[in-house]
Amino acid sequence: MLHGSVPTLGQGVSAALPAAETIIDAAPVDYLILVIYFGFVLGIGLLARRSVSDSVDFFLSGRSLPAWVTGLAFISANLGAVEIMGMSANGAEFGIPTVHYFWVGAVPAMLFLGVVMMPFYYGSKVRSVPEFMLRRFGTGAHLVNAISFAVAQLLIAGVNLFLLGSIVRALLGWPLWLALIVAAAIVLSYITVGGLSAAIYNEVLQFFVIVASLLPLVLIGLHRVGGYGGLQDRITEMAAGAPAEAGIPPAEQQLESWPGQALSGFDSPFWSVVGIVFGLGFVLSFGYWTTNFVEVQRAMASESISAARKTPIIGAFPKMFIPFVTIFPGMIAAVLVPEIVDLKNGGSPPGGASGDGVAYNDSLLYLMRDVLPNGLLGLAITGLLAAFMAGMAANVSAFNTVFSYDLWERYVRRDRSDDYYLRIGRLATVGATVIAIFTASLASAFGNVMDYIQTLFGFFNAPLFATFILGMFWKRMTATAGWTGLVAGTGSAILVAFLSEDSFGSASLGLIPLGGQGAAFVAAATAFVVDIVVSVAVTMVTEPKPASELKGLVYSETPREDLVDPDEAGYPWWRRTLPLAGIALVMTIALNIAF
Amino acid sequence: MADTHKAGAFDIRNVIGMLLAVYGVILLLMGVFADPELEKTGGVNANLWAGLALLVVGGGFVAWSRLKPIYVPEDVAEVHDDPTRPGPKKQKRPKA
Repeated sequence: MLHGSVPTLGQGVSAALPAAETIIDAAPVDYLILVIYFGFVLGIGLLARRSVSDSVDFFLSGRSLPAWVTGLAFISANLGAVEIMGMSANGAEFGIPTVHYFWVGAVPAMLFLGVVMMPFYYGSKVRSVPEFMLRRFGTGAHLVNAISFAVAQLLIAGVNLFLLGSIVRALLGWPLWLALIVAAAIVLSYITVGGLSAAIYNEVLQFFVIVASLLPLVLIGLHRVGGYGGLQDRITEMAAGAPAEAGIPPAEQQLESWPGQALSGFDSPFWSVVGIVFGLGFVLSFGYWTTNFVEVQRAMASESISAARKTPIIGAFPKMFIPFVTIFPGMIAAVLVPEIVDLKNGGSPPGGASGDGVAYNDSLLYLMRDVLPNGLLGLAITGLLAAFMAGMAANVSAFNTVFSYDLWERYVRRDRSDDYYLRIGRLATVGATVIAIFTASLASAFGNVMDYIQTLFGFFNAPLFATFILGMFWKRMTATAGWTGLVAGTGSAILVAFLSEDSFGSASLGLIPLGGQGAAFVAAATAFVVDIVVSVAVTMVTEPKPASELKGLVYSETPREDLVDPDEAGYPWWRRTLPLAGIALVMTIALNIAF
Repeated sequence: MADTHKAGAFDIRNVIGMLLAVYGVILLLMGVFADPELEKTGGVNANLWAGLALLVVGGGFVAWSRLKPIYVPEDVAEVHDDPTRPGPKKQKRPKA
């Protein structure tokens, strides 16, 4: 039934609308591949919920999986809109320096999470960031954190929705506003029908579908441009021939990862390295990975501390190689796709997913159009839709949980029935989806979504990380310091964004001569430093909590035996945490030298 | 009743294997019967090769789960929903 109706419906409606031409020409076989995927996902969800014993089998078989599969699920939860569209946009605009998001901005933090943080999470039994804030600092920090988390989820859901809408538009040629509303309706039904109850299954499936679609894209693309050598030649040729006003980075900056001035926006190589290492590598990425409990919980489901610690470390191995399937398509598109070549040479070609002209965000869609035959094209569409839909569904439900339980139940209406809060939760889901349509239009104003995402992370993650890490290792830090630090940190990041060239588009004043992702790195670093300074200053003049209330919340007050796995010493070296982390570190350094 | 049984269809390796194999068959058929669109791919029958690769990987996952099945104990604790993930709740929250 469904197999036949979806393509005809799509074609029928799009033909009826006075729409622009479509970017991608999908054939029935492409829709068939898409339908099979969602059939699998929904089918699994329904089967899993049919009886309790089945669903236990289901979850347990997920848990007793070999560690490398949980490692894949761990990075797959993060392989969404940002990774795929954002990194290919960055690859098209800046080239190789984008790898810093992986080799500086992810792998070291994942190793730190496995080696240092995971035993603490496991031992302290903290299950979420708001929970930690409430128990460690009381209601002030909890309220600030819950509100900023809810706002961040809405803004990031907008990014996912915008990218989802741009695919719908590329496929069917609808105007962006209509594509956004339809995409929002699809996500809403996806959440309420509940095919997602088996999240780990979907994440692993998604990973394989995405790799199966991006790998052929890279291989065929490289074949077309004459291998990596051919790609280098064509980037060099293009950088030399481009008009000066296009402002493309010289070829050596596009083909070497360090010092990465094109990415950071700093003119000086020295400050560029500092910006990347401290802003991206330390504040943004450690903030993201160590406070991201959606991913931490994946690891905590495993059966021992040792397995939990190894999850992010094993995830680091595939993570190292993801740039080759996300950045390379962007770089290839920038020499192979006429529209992107024109854009990079300073032109403004019409078309694009937003309808207002081609942007770097569209690189991947155009490359798919130019190199994938029908069939593989369907696989690529499926991978992208699956990733963005799951990403937005996760944002919306995270918002829902925090809104209903952390905000509404605690601060607005206490002690109502469970049914009441469930109803509030449903309303919050609908409300979040509607708001996401508006935040999606904010995201669409950025030609490169990475600029936007990194700006948001600077506002929300950097101060959170500072407060979190300080509260965890410094037992004297007081409750007042907790919330004032967060507010001051976020405020200072917003101030820097206002003073930069373009973080808020035309609203930015341009007093700080930095734009794009360099401005985001500086905003994040400022937020981190301001948060620490304010927290320390406020702690000096306020009363600390008694040590007895800090057990399991502060490192020095948590019993040592909760932090170690007694069995680990007996494992062979390739199953122990530290040797694995060491190998990952050496491989990352080798990759940094090679590129 | 035994204390354990095989996870069978719920084994994630079977799910991955089946999906990839189905895609492999579709792409293989496209590669053999449909227009290979050689001007796009630069002269390679991309569907054919991708289809073959997917069949091999998918078959590998199914074979692996046959050779080393996962055993699930009969008697286990109730599994709770993950509040940070989408999907309807399986049970109501405990009374506060």
